[in-house]
Amino acid sequence: MADRKTIKSPMPGTFYRRPSPDEDPFVNEGDRVSSGDVLGLVEVMKSFNEVKSDQDGVVESFLVENEDAVEAGQDLVELGEG
Amino acid sequence: MRKVLVANRSEIALRVIRTCRELELDTVAVYSDADRDALHVRQADEAVSIGKPHARESYLNVDKLIDAARETGADAIHPGYGFLSESSRFAEACEAAGVTFVGPSAEAIAAMGDKAAARRLAREAGVPVVPGTDASTDTDVAQRGADEIGYPVMVKAAAGGGGRGIRVARDADELRGLVADAAREAEAAFGDASLYVEKLLERARHVEIQVVGDRHGNVVHFHERECSLQRRRQKLVEESPSPALESSTREGMAEAAVRLAEAVGYTSAGTVEFLVDEDERFYFIEMNTRLQVEHGVTEMVTGTDLVREQLLVAAGEELELSQEDVTPSGSSIEFRINAEDPDRGFQPAPGRIESLELPGGPGVRVDTAIYAGYTVPPFYDSLIAKLLVWAPTREQGLRRGRRALEELRIEGVATTIPLHLRLLEDERVLAGDIHTGYLEQVPA
Repeated sequence: MADRKTIKSPMPGTFYRRPSPDEDPFVNEGDRVSSGDVLGLVEVMKSFNEVKSDQDGVVESFLVENEDAVEAGQDLVELGEG
Repeated sequence: MRKVLVANRSEIALRVIRTCRELELDTVAVYSDADRDALHVRQADEAVSIGKPHARESYLNVDKLIDAARETGADAIHPGYGFLSESSRFAEACEAAGVTFVGPSAEAIAAMGDKAAARRLAREAGVPVVPGTDASTDTDVAQRGADEIGYPVMVKAAAGGGGRGIRVARDADELRGLVADAAREAEAAFGDASLYVEKLLERARHVEIQVVGDRHGNVVHFHERECSLQRRRQKLVEESPSPALESSTREGMAEAAVRLAEAVGYTSAGTVEFLVDEDERFYFIEMNTRLQVEHGVTEMVTGTDLVREQLLVAAGEELELSQEDVTPSGSSIEFRINAEDPDRGFQPAPGRIESLELPGGPGVRVDTAIYAGYTVPPFYDSLIAKLLVWAPTREQGLRRGRRALEELRIEGVATTIPLHLRLLEDERVLAGDIHTGYLEQVPA
């Protein structure tokens, strides 16, 4: 079994998978990411905060949809070792 | 006008509801899923749920708001500030639905909303503007214009506003490096890549004139507000009168504001914003075609309820006040209390208000919609309260401000209260010797 880890939202707000509505998602399922890569944005009170991966891995799945309301500490992305 | 739907939330929705009740107008609140427990919902006569927390699906959704007005039989919509308050499309939609939009005409909103067109109109009305170029999608125009005007310059999106879409270039190289990005960003943010360039006035004050026009051709001004204490172009402290200007400068600005309002056929409450340089030359920057966050300081010094004036002129009534009737007295200061942590780079701090103690006593006004046990949602603006004071003199007002800020206790979320208390220790703030860049320079 591959070891899995989730990336959590640092704060409550709205989760975005894209830098702006017309652009491609930061990452897609199956993408290999490194520690420090941006996985999405959380908008809180009109300020945008990057959600970064804290490890190397492969994006297994997104646990929330684009523009979903999220809580602080909520699981956003599941990473596997790939 | 019998029933007013307030297309907004938080303190400004409550503010509008209060005046409606004094005018014996019925009120309809609207609320997103995040605002079920909000005070504006409880204080209105009726409330309509309009959708998900995200503003685009609720407070910015024109169809849902018009439907809510139809459903409740509201014959007027007050947009507050922010959200759809400066949307000419919303004003048109209200008109098409046979509902009075409590604001200026869609044409006036559109004319002032296009910031480059507004500059042109201002020039035509004999109102001085900051030296700059017309808007163009051709980035060479910006470059040539900037070379002519002299650096530093600001690059602005023609369709922008509220401090958004602005970049600074200190020389030609820097400008060359950023125009393409600025155009792309303007296109993405506002659907219009047009840019214009303006001379950056350093150490300038931000002073604005409150005006109200009616549908009978009258425009009256309510004097100035000084809003130079800003962070990232967001105002934090506002006061009236300005602590610095000569009366001739004040009068010149007020007359210019009235000329501009007349030129656009302005029929509501609005604000004409100016920058004032160190030699007290003033330059038009933009007109906000709505009620302003800081309208309260003008109410405190003039004794006029601006929302009342706004509702009455929207109902077609003629202004009761003539210019001679507007006689400001004393000094008023507003402190914006934001759910932000000034000690952590102003990081937004939504969350539950564990306890709340509000200040009171002479000359103190608090506009807020928070209460103990209320959870400030993360989806909207961080402004949670406005603390306003009035006193016969500015010096007394500053002392009263400190006293009221010390009385105001908010537990559960970080706020800008400690920042305001520090500002009230700052010699230059106390002396009124400030400019729009001042807050960025002092360690907050």
